[in-house]
Amino acid sequence: MSITRDYIKEKLNAQFGDGIISWNDASDILTIEVKPELNLKVLTFLHDEPTLGFQFLTDLTGIHFPDKTGAEIGVIYHVHNLKENVRLRVKIFVPIQKPDVYTATGLYSGANWMERETFDFYGINFIGHPNLKRVLNVDEMDYHPLRKEFPLEDQTRIDKDDEMFGR
Amino acid sequence: MARPVRFNVNPQDFTDRGINEIEMPEGHMGEGFFTTSFDKVVGLARKNSIWPLPFATSCCGIEFMATMGSHYDLARFGSERVGFSPRQCDLLMVMGTIAKKMGPVVRQVYLQMAEPRWVMAVGACASSGGIFDTYSVLQGIDQVVPVDVYVPGCPPRPEAIIDGVLKIQDLIHDESLRRRHSDQYKHLLETYGIQ
Repeated sequence: MSITRDYIKEKLNAQFGDGIISWNDASDILTIEVKPELNLKVLTFLHDEPTLGFQFLTDLTGIHFPDKTGAEIGVIYHVHNLKENVRLRVKIFVPIQKPDVYTATGLYSGANWMERETFDFYGINFIGHPNLKRVLNVDEMDYHPLRKEFPLEDQTRIDKDDEMFGR
Repeated sequence: MARPVRFNVNPQDFTDRGINEIEMPEGHMGEGFFTTSFDKVVGLARKNSIWPLPFATSCCGIEFMATMGSHYDLARFGSERVGFSPRQCDLLMVMGTIAKKMGPVVRQVYLQMAEPRWVMAVGACASSGGIFDTYSVLQGIDQVVPVDVYVPGCPPRPEAIIDGVLKIQDLIHDESLRRRHSDQYKHLLETYGIQ
């Protein structure tokens, strides 16, 4: 039997109720947004519940919406039930002043480097991560480059004339 | 049956085909002796036996492979011996995008080379960061090591790389033997934090 979206909704609603902020049924993958403090509980439930069995973490990434006051920084988990070939997207959003998120490394070992990468680029503090340090950028870097307040271009470059580039 | 083999028995005239022999340095010549300055002899020897150290990270490295191949043949300029140990090499050829994380590696390779050493930045990325004007890419290797010749292009054709090598040869030929001991050179290295 394949896991239907309705079944996933039913199970999650019964377990978490108000903990799930929103559902997005329209896109290709069922997407849920949950309260940030519940992220680990929801993921554990999805992982351990025998009839759900989302036991594979496909991707873990971050996002920054500067206009969403109070919920600027997001973490997105893609989980996959390999047996039934069903995917699910779980989102959480935290304020940029205090981007604390519980780590998923206890649940998925593969989350280790992905959380380090997300920390590297967005400065998300994964509470309980065994080795939270930069993984892709140079260690001396003192900012998180994919946050929107930082320009993409390297600021050490001096040969670019703004007038010539129409800026 | 005769084999389809042809032997070219007609000698060719190379004089008008732009093939140069190395000119003799200025000096006095007599019966059985030739005097010139030490600078010129050393320059001549060095410039025609450069050992390049390829530091190839991307597409410019592919062009360098073509340059070393039989068609373009860098060996014609005495540089066929590509050394992969920095301690034996004279010319560091940095070809390709150097990420900021790679910067210390380039520097380390440069430090391991023995004097006299030259550096050539091949391609837009090594020279200036190129199109990768972004937080993760070093905006030109001259931020970490002093560069002698920049070869423009994205990637430069093998002819351009050969032209760069010839420019390096000119530099080597004209370099004073005292240059590496001069205050100016020491100051240059100091600006890069190299003792």
